[in-house]
Amino acid sequence: MTDAGVSAKTLPACLDQQVAEDTLRLITCGSVDDGKSTLIGRLLYESKMIFDDQLAALGRDSRKFGTQGDEIDFALLVDGLAAEREQGITIDVAYRYFSTRARKFIVADTPGHEEYTRNMATGASTASLAIIMIDARKGVLAQTRRHAFIASLLGIRQIVLAVNKMDMIGYARDRFESIVEDFMPLNEVLGFDRIMPVPLSALVGDNIISPSGNMPWYEGPALLPILETVDAGKEGRSPLRLPVQYVIRPNQDFRGYAGRIAGGVLKQGQAVKILPSGKTSSIKSIAIGDAQMQAAATGLSVTVTLDGEHDISRGDMITDAESPAETADQFRAKLIWMDDRPMLPGRAYIFRTETASLTATLAKPRYRLNVNNYERMPANTLALNDIGSCNLSLDRKIAFDPYVENRATGAFILIDPETNATAGAGMIDFALRRSHNIHWQATDVDKDQRAAAKNQRSCVLWFTGLSGSGKSTIANILEKKLHAMARHTMILDGDNVRHGLNRDLGFTDADRVENIRRVSEVARLMVEAGLITIVSFISPFLAERKMARAMMADGEFVEIFVDTPLAEAERRDVKGLYKKARAGTLKNFTGIDSPYEAPEHAEITLPTMEMDAEAAADAIIDWMKAHHYL
Amino acid sequence: MSGFYAEAASADKDRSTAAFGSLEAQAIQIFREVAAEAENPVFLYSVGKDSAVMLHLALKAFYPAKPPFRFLHVDTTWKFREMIEFRDQRMAQLGLDLLVHTNPEGLADGVGPFTHGSARHTEIMKTEALKQALDKHQFDVAFGGARRDEEKSRAKERIFSFRTGDHRWDPKNQRPELWSIYNTRKQPGESIRVFPLSNWTETDIWQYILSEDIPIPSLYLAKERPVVERGGTLVMVDDERMPLKDGEEPRMEMVRFRTLGCYPLTGAIRSQATTLPDIIQEMLVSTTSERQGRVIDADGGASMEAKKQAGYF
Repeated sequence: MTDAGVSAKTLPACLDQQVAEDTLRLITCGSVDDGKSTLIGRLLYESKMIFDDQLAALGRDSRKFGTQGDEIDFALLVDGLAAEREQGITIDVAYRYFSTRARKFIVADTPGHEEYTRNMATGASTASLAIIMIDARKGVLAQTRRHAFIASLLGIRQIVLAVNKMDMIGYARDRFESIVEDFMPLNEVLGFDRIMPVPLSALVGDNIISPSGNMPWYEGPALLPILETVDAGKEGRSPLRLPVQYVIRPNQDFRGYAGRIAGGVLKQGQAVKILPSGKTSSIKSIAIGDAQMQAAATGLSVTVTLDGEHDISRGDMITDAESPAETADQFRAKLIWMDDRPMLPGRAYIFRTETASLTATLAKPRYRLNVNNYERMPANTLALNDIGSCNLSLDRKIAFDPYVENRATGAFILIDPETNATAGAGMIDFALRRSHNIHWQATDVDKDQRAAAKNQRSCVLWFTGLSGSGKSTIANILEKKLHAMARHTMILDGDNVRHGLNRDLGFTDADRVENIRRVSEVARLMVEAGLITIVSFISPFLAERKMARAMMADGEFVEIFVDTPLAEAERRDVKGLYKKARAGTLKNFTGIDSPYEAPEHAEITLPTMEMDAEAAADAIIDWMKAHHYL
Repeated sequence: MSGFYAEAASADKDRSTAAFGSLEAQAIQIFREVAAEAENPVFLYSVGKDSAVMLHLALKAFYPAKPPFRFLHVDTTWKFREMIEFRDQRMAQLGLDLLVHTNPEGLADGVGPFTHGSARHTEIMKTEALKQALDKHQFDVAFGGARRDEEKSRAKERIFSFRTGDHRWDPKNQRPELWSIYNTRKQPGESIRVFPLSNWTETDIWQYILSEDIPIPSLYLAKERPVVERGGTLVMVDDERMPLKDGEEPRMEMVRFRTLGCYPLTGAIRSQATTLPDIIQEMLVSTTSERQGRVIDADGGASMEAKKQAGYF
């Protein structure tokens, strides 16, 4: 048993010095060799956060990998991974921690390479200040404009313009001032609230913790005093936002809604509106662990109970009753693409907010941004590190705020459902009112009645398979047989539709997705009309066939896999296309240089090596009879 | 039993809320996220101070319910005896069901740091044992107490750190992690290691332990303990398995430990700090990092990174 009680009395002086009230999260960004890592190493060193054993290791590493001769190379302290040390570059986001008497700091060190936009966006997403490094010898570069833009896009409102390596230009005041003059006009686009230019040398230590005698002409504060006093960026002005992350139900008597407050102050007794349901209630209790509270501020993870019985689940949001968040299922958003696989308009992605997971379909980008000169360029897709604007629609409504008003409730990521990669990061601009203004026109005669008038059950018979597998041949025989049975049918054939409706589309992955989306919509209208609709398309991707299936009612979509091995389809080569593809004169040909993803759970599989087209059509008729489609 | 706990007077709670609010809130959010998304998560409990803080946060996150996941300790059989006693008492006190796993082949072969060296011992009894336990129970998400301020390669690891089917970490292919939105999706067989204390520093840990009155093993406090000095490292003679070299005589010294692990691999420091406030004060003027006492880190410059790629926590 220790006698901690006695010593604790002498403690507050030490704790007060060391437990700083708040934390500033910041990022450093700049071009290669601007000296970001050196600056962070310098800050750690000056704030005494480097221990003797780390310094000893640093001395060892400096002689082995360093670029500073016998001097200590501070950059090596920050460049963590072995491969990077050998190449002398930082390639990912690294987080560093230091503290002074004023506050704690978390620094994201983000790379300066052109191709690593996604890393910088990652670091910026949680930062409230950016240090933009400029090499005094080089001035404002394209990459400076890029980094400033990403900082602004991710919602950072204040930046330090760190003009580094002043020692290399003889501490020339006019050079510093002309660099600042070059940068300032950019703020018309960027819209930062504060830009704080500081001339410094991270290597030598000028203007890092105190004013440098080498630059008496600079009258502003040194870097560290700025970092100690700027606004640490609490989202204080927002009305209450509490996304429900988890429901705690230990027994029948307790139902706690757990989440991290994303805006405003939560108070006991406060009237709240629950979204998206729109129901109202009031806050009965607030707790963190077993500690009950009267109120809780933005950023805290709490558990609340509400008055009355409610059906609330993860992904819902508890908001201020007077100023609730918006709800919508269609948005305009800024997107940063982060995956090697480019964005495919029309394809379904998983849409994740802090607490909700939905399905989103992206429209063609409205534009892609050239982040070096801020020009908008036309685009059909977004590739890795592209930034653009895009409309997207969700499979249901969510509660949200525009990103500029609340970073926590206005942000989302997009996940590729096939690879589970984080494919994109998005910031909601606003809800599209389109979905409200175009109402669905209810008709008195519905599809069942239309089908009944034709004495049939309407459905889609969706043929998929390689080019030359026999889809069209079998579909044609099948339609003749159905016609002979007095059924009302329609065939949508891949080649035919490409002559009209889809004549503007090519064979890139993005165009293939759009091709299928349009055909799915047409097929759905035909099912509405009461027809037995036969779709005969290669439709190579699982995701799009899944999307088509999702558009129809249960049981309306019958997937028919015409299973012909590639070698056999190529041997038949009815249209001579395989020969062209092999010769390289036909690009993006399914099975050759574009993938075919076979169905996993087709309703009907037709192994064409074992049956002819006539037998295949009969097999479909038999299946339809057995399953009450005929 | 109070001898096992370093107990401290609670500090002013309001001040601690301001200072720890965002760190605590983030950790709680991470626990809840895993509970909501994972199929079979597990809490890796290693008995040390970071585990103590993490456990405290997990209890907070789900109160008044118990944490909805299991607890696992990978026991190398070379931990300090007091760690095991503390572990069992703490789990019983909280009514938690702890799984304990030891590598059975390693045990049969008598693997230990004295006979096999620190690197082999760590690989077989920690890294390999951990993989065995994760595979055996089909855990898909594992909480660990690692902090980014501990070591350079940790500084780059994500909070939700993805592992391949054979538990490997690929530092070049990490998912970007933006805002507080976590991508928890994975294929069957793949897993995620989750670090709720990513943004905590060693100072944060101690001050939180003090202000929240969190029980920790008394090995962290200075006491007269039998030690021998080897290659500049003070090793505590915790049991008779430790072979003494010619002329080596354990002597009693006032020492404590900054980290806890296998006793032959964990260096003690000379200290008079017998209370938590003493520890904090001592740490604030310290000139060496906490991993300095860890024998395994000195195996080579990129040592931790190499181990992490192979599946070490």
